[in-house]
Amino acid sequence: MTWRVAASLSALAAAAALPVVLPSNYAVNVATMILFAAFLGQAWNIAGGFAGQTSFGHVVFFGTGAYASTILQLTFGWNPWIGWIAAAAAGGMVGLAIGALAFRAGLRGSYFALITLAFAEVFRILANSVGFTRGGLGMLITADARPENMQFKDPRWFYWIALGLVLASLALALWLKRSRFGARLAAIRENEDAARALGIDTFREKTLCLGISGAMAGAGGTFYAQKYLYIDPTIAYGVEKSVEMLLVTMIGGAGTVFGPLVGAAVLGGVGELTRAYATGQGLSLVVYGAILIAIVAWLPDGLIGLFARRAKRRDGGDA
Amino acid sequence: MLSFDIVFAGIVNGLAAGAIYVLVAVGLTLIYGVLHIINFAHGSLLMLAMYAVFFLFARAGIDPYLALPGVAAASFVFGYALYRFLIGRFAHGKDENILLITLGLSIVIDNLALFFFTGDTQTIDVRHAGGIVEIGPAFVSRAKVIAFGAALALCAALGLYIARSDMGKAIRAVARERQGARLVGIDVEHVFAVSYGIGIACLGAAACLLMPSFYVSPSSGHAFVLIAFTTVVLGGMGSFLGALVGGFAIGITESLGGLFLGEQLGQIGISAIFILILLLRPTGLFGGRR
Repeated sequence: MTWRVAASLSALAAAAALPVVLPSNYAVNVATMILFAAFLGQAWNIAGGFAGQTSFGHVVFFGTGAYASTILQLTFGWNPWIGWIAAAAAGGMVGLAIGALAFRAGLRGSYFALITLAFAEVFRILANSVGFTRGGLGMLITADARPENMQFKDPRWFYWIALGLVLASLALALWLKRSRFGARLAAIRENEDAARALGIDTFREKTLCLGISGAMAGAGGTFYAQKYLYIDPTIAYGVEKSVEMLLVTMIGGAGTVFGPLVGAAVLGGVGELTRAYATGQGLSLVVYGAILIAIVAWLPDGLIGLFARRAKRRDGGDA
Repeated sequence: MLSFDIVFAGIVNGLAAGAIYVLVAVGLTLIYGVLHIINFAHGSLLMLAMYAVFFLFARAGIDPYLALPGVAAASFVFGYALYRFLIGRFAHGKDENILLITLGLSIVIDNLALFFFTGDTQTIDVRHAGGIVEIGPAFVSRAKVIAFGAALALCAALGLYIARSDMGKAIRAVARERQGARLVGIDVEHVFAVSYGIGIACLGAAACLLMPSFYVSPSSGHAFVLIAFTTVVLGGMGSFLGALVGGFAIGITESLGGLFLGEQLGQIGISAIFILILLLRPTGLFGGRR
């Protein structure tokens, strides 16, 4: 056990020191976006992996968080650090609301996936049409690089914030793996009818789970808005980000603690490689799509399943 | 208040647009009705067929209406192979895997299209389909009137084929009772692939009828996928009559929504219908018990 603690601590120290040794701001940005993708993937993983509620529209929580803190900041003059909390709350409430509606109607599997997609589309159209989001023009946050504005001259600060988000999400995932709540979610994922027969309030657990997941994605929205200082309906509610959250998790390993991190690192690496070898747009997504198919076909536990399988063989048991 | 003429024109145009949705949704509902899977790649495959029609016309000068049988046949073969060698084989019999595989397919197809065809929108100009038909106070392009007629004909033909032919009988048997069909000697995997192929063949036909009055770009598939699902869910998964009524209802909703709510907010109708139907009556208007 002690070598594990030591290994974790040194990995943590290496991760924290990474931006100091990275050669360029570009490299720091790539690393930041990998961590951020891992965090959003973990948000998806809480609902899609641990509870088995595959969503095609998780961007609805991300976008709501991004808009919540940005509107509070631009229209009402709130400090973005406080707006960040409001964003998580907004994302969480949308998660609870969509969960309550969809799960009350008994939607499962593919139907749940499609209705989340439709909700994201409704939010996108609303953000495009109503006044307080400034419609298709989008919202531009005034650049004023001071830490109290959650804006930084040095991009490494965003890296460290993203690292903090990832660590917090990992801690949550670890807790879910070990807690009774997590065990109930796993029971729902494996066989919902059996879980209900065992006395689990499946509606309550699933809705709560989507609320937590939504709050995480909502917090992610603020991070994105503060890093790029601009959001519009397509960025905030476009299908691309939903797909990215799903891909990262499915490829790394849905329902595992470190899956989203592994998936985000792999996808980030593939993205950089295709960018280096081909100038055409979209090529990296071709590879992502192909990897998704291959994962579903041959590695249902994701890339992390490869390691787990080997570890199992080494231990000689089926723990 | 809007005048009767404008609303009437809105309804006529909605019906014309709805015919296209019917054509796209018929294949989707067949695939769902038999395979009980949700084909998320439906829009992307439509986009691919539309590019095929575009290149046939632009490079070889082949009229899209004359190309219809050939494109439909090629689409059938493509769909059959796609199911037989990729989707069916890799899904390990789990519905959600099929959803993810077809999602992966749509990502690959959309972005390959973006890579090879660029993001530009393409149109074709078919002279004999370019005229305008006057229906009372409304004006509709001839291409849309043809598509309207073809949508009705295609639904009727498909309904007859499923009701009368031997393959249709086998398809119904597999849709009703998979194990039983296998026991009486039906090659279930073959029937699955044939159903998927027919569904994609419908897309090929739809592409031929769509292109004279529409445009294609790599994101066309995405534009159609939610509409197609809404049509199918509204009508009831697996029901041809439902796809027919659902497609027209959605066309009219979209058209009147645009009229009353404006261009931007008008688009909300389709997603709102989709959500409400799933929440309140998931079997749709014509769906039977499940």
